[in-house]
Amino acid sequence: MSVKMSSINLRRFLLLTCVFFFFNNAFSSSSSKEKEFNVGEMIMHHVKDAHEWHLWGPEHGGTSIYLPVILYDNGLKMFSSDNFYHGEESTTIDHKTHQSVNFYKGVGPAKGYALYHEKIYKLDNNNNLKIEEGHVHGNTKPFDVSITKNVVSLFIGALLLFLIMFSVARFYKKNGAVAPKGIAKFMEPLILFVRDDIAKENIKHNKHHKFLPYLTTVFFFIWINNLLGLIPIFPGGANLTGNITVTLFLALCTLFLTLIYSNKNYWTHIFATPGVPLVLLPIMIPIEIVGIFTKPFALMIRLFANITAGHIIILALISIIFINKSAYWGALSVPMALFISILELLVAALQAYLFAMLSALFIGAAVEEAHH
Amino acid sequence: MDLVLPDFGLLFWTGLVFCSLLFLLAKFAWKPILGAVNAREQKIADSLELAEKTKQEMQTLKAENDALLKQARIERDKMLNEARIQADKFVEEAKAKAKEEAQKIVNSAKESIENEKAAAMSELKTHVGAISLEIAEKLLQSELSSDGKQKALIEKFVDNISMN
Repeated sequence: MSVKMSSINLRRFLLLTCVFFFFNNAFSSSSSKEKEFNVGEMIMHHVKDAHEWHLWGPEHGGTSIYLPVILYDNGLKMFSSDNFYHGEESTTIDHKTHQSVNFYKGVGPAKGYALYHEKIYKLDNNNNLKIEEGHVHGNTKPFDVSITKNVVSLFIGALLLFLIMFSVARFYKKNGAVAPKGIAKFMEPLILFVRDDIAKENIKHNKHHKFLPYLTTVFFFIWINNLLGLIPIFPGGANLTGNITVTLFLALCTLFLTLIYSNKNYWTHIFATPGVPLVLLPIMIPIEIVGIFTKPFALMIRLFANITAGHIIILALISIIFINKSAYWGALSVPMALFISILELLVAALQAYLFAMLSALFIGAAVEEAHH
Repeated sequence: MDLVLPDFGLLFWTGLVFCSLLFLLAKFAWKPILGAVNAREQKIADSLELAEKTKQEMQTLKAENDALLKQARIERDKMLNEARIQADKFVEEAKAKAKEEAQKIVNSAKESIENEKAAAMSELKTHVGAISLEIAEKLLQSELSSDGKQKALIEKFVDNISMN
């Protein structure tokens, strides 16, 4: 509850930063009515996925996009997440810490399900949720393929990217091989950057052509979603590229590409590293095998941590105002948040570049021919 | 904790969207874009190569032209020289011939003058002889017109003879 109220204030604040002094009293008075403001909880709520896309206003009666919930539990079930958020607000006691915990019980088509920390669980026979130390124990989770906030953001990012690139492609189709103009003029150097400085540079022997579609797609996909994440309100603001699931998928793609296209030379380097004495091989082989997986693992963590950290820092800086319950702190927190936001613009491009470049490097190592 | 735990639903949608996007972009964006860019790069490379080749061709052509021009100039000079020499020779020859001709005319004139002179002399001689005879006749007639004169003359002759 406090999280919701704080986040509403936060959003209102973001919209009205330019006139924040006039709202000083209003903020102070509304804050005094709330429970203690929990910065950590608020930030975690914002960087995680959700079944609604909150736009503005209070939680009940405010404006939110309720996204469809899709469950596979004895047949496909599809309903609006409104059935949770405007469902039955319930409380249960944590079995270990003995504190009361709030969650939503679904109504209508969502009956029999509960929403706790944006995750859907089946209610047990007592129509309740068993929680130990903040985690659900005993309740099963239905097979959940809901269109969450991140999924919508994913759709928007993908659609935007496709439309941009399609219009670039249309320019060339219409005009042939001429000097680019308009959007093509802007995108072409970026595409050529991926081709020349990422793909060609790291994948030798002219083998980069095969991997170019993947590398360009992954570069622009990460970049556009990083940028969308920096927009504070809809259709941005979702922490998509800072979500471990998304980065996991992208890292898996790179891993599979390296494994599928790896040649004899690559495996020779793993199982019989040239120049390593035979006695050291029992040590080297496990290290090399672990190395196959640590590389994409590092890709996954790097992108996730960088983007999530960016979101957390901006939210934390804005939270200074709400911790101190005074808009005057905006004089400190807004310039700092602005600075970090601009830094995040750089990070957005940098992380896209790093992911694509390291993917190209790993693929390049897998397809490299022996040169002895 | 669930911040770092993957969620199956999102994984499913990410996979679906990313793979579709990869397919669509590869087919409708990357292929035409990179195709056009490659074609353009090829065109530029070809144009540059052609320009370089044309430049070289122009240079060889120019060198050839220069050589031709030089040769033509040499030939012209040679021809002019020859013509001059020929002309000089003609003039010299003509002069020599003229001189010779003139000499010949002069010589023949001299010869004919000599001949004429000889003829005239011989005619003169005959005339002089005749005249002398006539004079002598007349003289004799006049001298021998009187006996005394004839006698005197004979005496004179006799004197001369006696002196010898």
